[in-house]
Amino acid sequence: MRLTLALSVGAAVVIGAAAACGGGPPPPPPQPAVDSTAIRDSIARARADSIARDQARRDSLQRMERIRREREDSLTRIRAETERVRNALANMVHFDFDKSNIRPGQDTQVLEAKLAILQANPNLTIRIVGNCDERGSDEYNLALGQRRANAAKQYLVNRGINANRIMTESRGEEQPLNPAHTEDAWTQNRRDEFSIVSGGDMLKMPSGMGM
Amino acid sequence: MTASRTLTAVGWWVVGVGVAATPLHAQDTVPPAERGVRIGITYTPGARPGMLVLGGPRDGFQDSVRALLRRDLEFSDRFEMISLPGGDTAVLGVSPPADSSSSGPGFVNYGLYQALGAEYSVALTPSDSAFEATLFDVRGETVRRRLRVPHMAVDDPAFRLTVHQVADELVRAATGEPGVAASRLVFVSHGRLYLLDSDGAALTPLTQPGITTFSPAWDDSGSRLAYTILTDGKGRIMVRDLASGTERTVPPTEQGLNYASAFSPDGAVLAFTRSGDEGTDIYAYNLPQDCCLQRLTVGRFSDNLSPTFSPDGRQIAFVSNRPGLTQVYVMARDGTGQELFAPFDYGVTGSSNAPEWSPDGRFLAFHRDVAGFPQVFVMETRSRTVRQLTSAGRNYDPTWAPDSRHLAFVSERTTRRQLWVIDMETGRVRQLTQIGDTRLPAWSPRLSQPTAAASQPHDQ
Repeated sequence: MRLTLALSVGAAVVIGAAAACGGGPPPPPPQPAVDSTAIRDSIARARADSIARDQARRDSLQRMERIRREREDSLTRIRAETERVRNALANMVHFDFDKSNIRPGQDTQVLEAKLAILQANPNLTIRIVGNCDERGSDEYNLALGQRRANAAKQYLVNRGINANRIMTESRGEEQPLNPAHTEDAWTQNRRDEFSIVSGGDMLKMPSGMGM
Repeated sequence: MTASRTLTAVGWWVVGVGVAATPLHAQDTVPPAERGVRIGITYTPGARPGMLVLGGPRDGFQDSVRALLRRDLEFSDRFEMISLPGGDTAVLGVSPPADSSSSGPGFVNYGLYQALGAEYSVALTPSDSAFEATLFDVRGETVRRRLRVPHMAVDDPAFRLTVHQVADELVRAATGEPGVAASRLVFVSHGRLYLLDSDGAALTPLTQPGITTFSPAWDDSGSRLAYTILTDGKGRIMVRDLASGTERTVPPTEQGLNYASAFSPDGAVLAFTRSGDEGTDIYAYNLPQDCCLQRLTVGRFSDNLSPTFSPDGRQIAFVSNRPGLTQVYVMARDGTGQELFAPFDYGVTGSSNAPEWSPDGRFLAFHRDVAGFPQVFVMETRSRTVRQLTSAGRNYDPTWAPDSRHLAFVSERTTRRQLWVIDMETGRVRQLTQIGDTRLPAWSPRLSQPTAAASQPHDQ
């Protein structure tokens, strides 16, 4: 009997519950039971969302960091490249005693490298300064230094560089690299020096000139 | 060297009493021979007349004047200077005039001077308000010339010039040609411009340290200098008035590299060298009218530089490398009629540079490479015959003294870059400078008044 009652109560509860679910005259909804599922779901969703957002934020930060790094890397690369180009540009051309002709071989190669750099960097303007050893007339050496600077300029202009991109100067024998009075010193001092006038902040290494 | 050692003996007698105000040549510091001991003289008669500078009372001013006169006479290279070892005042002094009212020396021992080999002698004696320098013609036993030497402070800027002028007049009285003592040289040392008396004393800086100066040149009056200031590959030419010390940039030289200038004899035109993209060429600019820049050479494939005017102002000699190496050319003042001036053997003769026309127009000095060493050459302009003057070491950038027979030049015969003087007639050489790295000398004309250089700051 007790069992039957219990069953019937249970049935009533079940029916009641079924009635509640099935609509009809709405009893006050048995809140606790319904809540637990929905909240769990929503919490899970919220958590997932939050994780996703965090992830997205982290991703974005990482991406930005990566971009920043890449940009930095590329700046470093550009700087390094610029530096290498500048170094290549600073290579000097040397001359025989009392001569201003560009010697075939190493000096021509040095000038070819400068030609490529000037071609790869159209905004670059340079200055060529001609120098002499201490022998020869002091006054004549100013003229000779000028001729040496002009010779290098002419080489580049003949190969298509706009003459306006190359300034020339002479220091004669006034600024020796090596102040000694020896054949070695004289050889070092008979030279063209190259420097950047403008457009040298960011320089591209010409292709085929990996250094 | 024997000659110069004995020659210095009387010099020492004169110098003996402090003449610190007049720094003397190294030769003058030879210690004295023993006093009071008579020894013979080592004078060897030559082509040049003997000159005896007489002693006198020991007085600071007189001693200074006498030392200067004696050295100037010696540096004129026109006399055989006679001296006695130890110098004998009793014999060689000149007694005061017996009659105190008359000026000049009294008893003159011509016989003794003749015995010593002198053809001329010079005495310095007090006169009324000053001193008197007397030149005796020893053979003719007469007084050739008397010159007044005003008494002034030894450190007066005019003192040295005054005495140098007396010396030059004594030379004129004896030989017919004045000496060149009253002249100065300008040159560059370690970038700085200096003035120096022709006897190697009174070194005076003209520009501040830190400014790089180059290729100075005198005008023919000796009152102006042109020189270049080099900065960062640019060269502007300054013209400085020595009396006032004022200077200005020659306007067309504010741009580019301009140097190696030369005044025309009338002082109106400055010819100069300009180097640039178009090469190196000679230009002329009218100074008083401040206009009319004219290009005198058009090099195209050659450089033309280092102009020097003929004394008549009609021609300009210069160097050009149109034959390959630089050689000496000449053109009319307006740039026309360019032709080779100093002959050379193609492929044999070395390059020739730095020409300078002698003040009398007869010669052109330049330096030319001989077996890799520059040497001073002189060309007789009419016959165009070329003569080599130097051979010891490297010798270059010659500049004429006003007498057209002495030349100063840079020499590396002993140490690096000192100025030396050579007498073209006798071949005698002497070292002029003692400071290092001297170069680009330019010898002034005869100077009539002291330049203002002494008032320039001495900031060594």
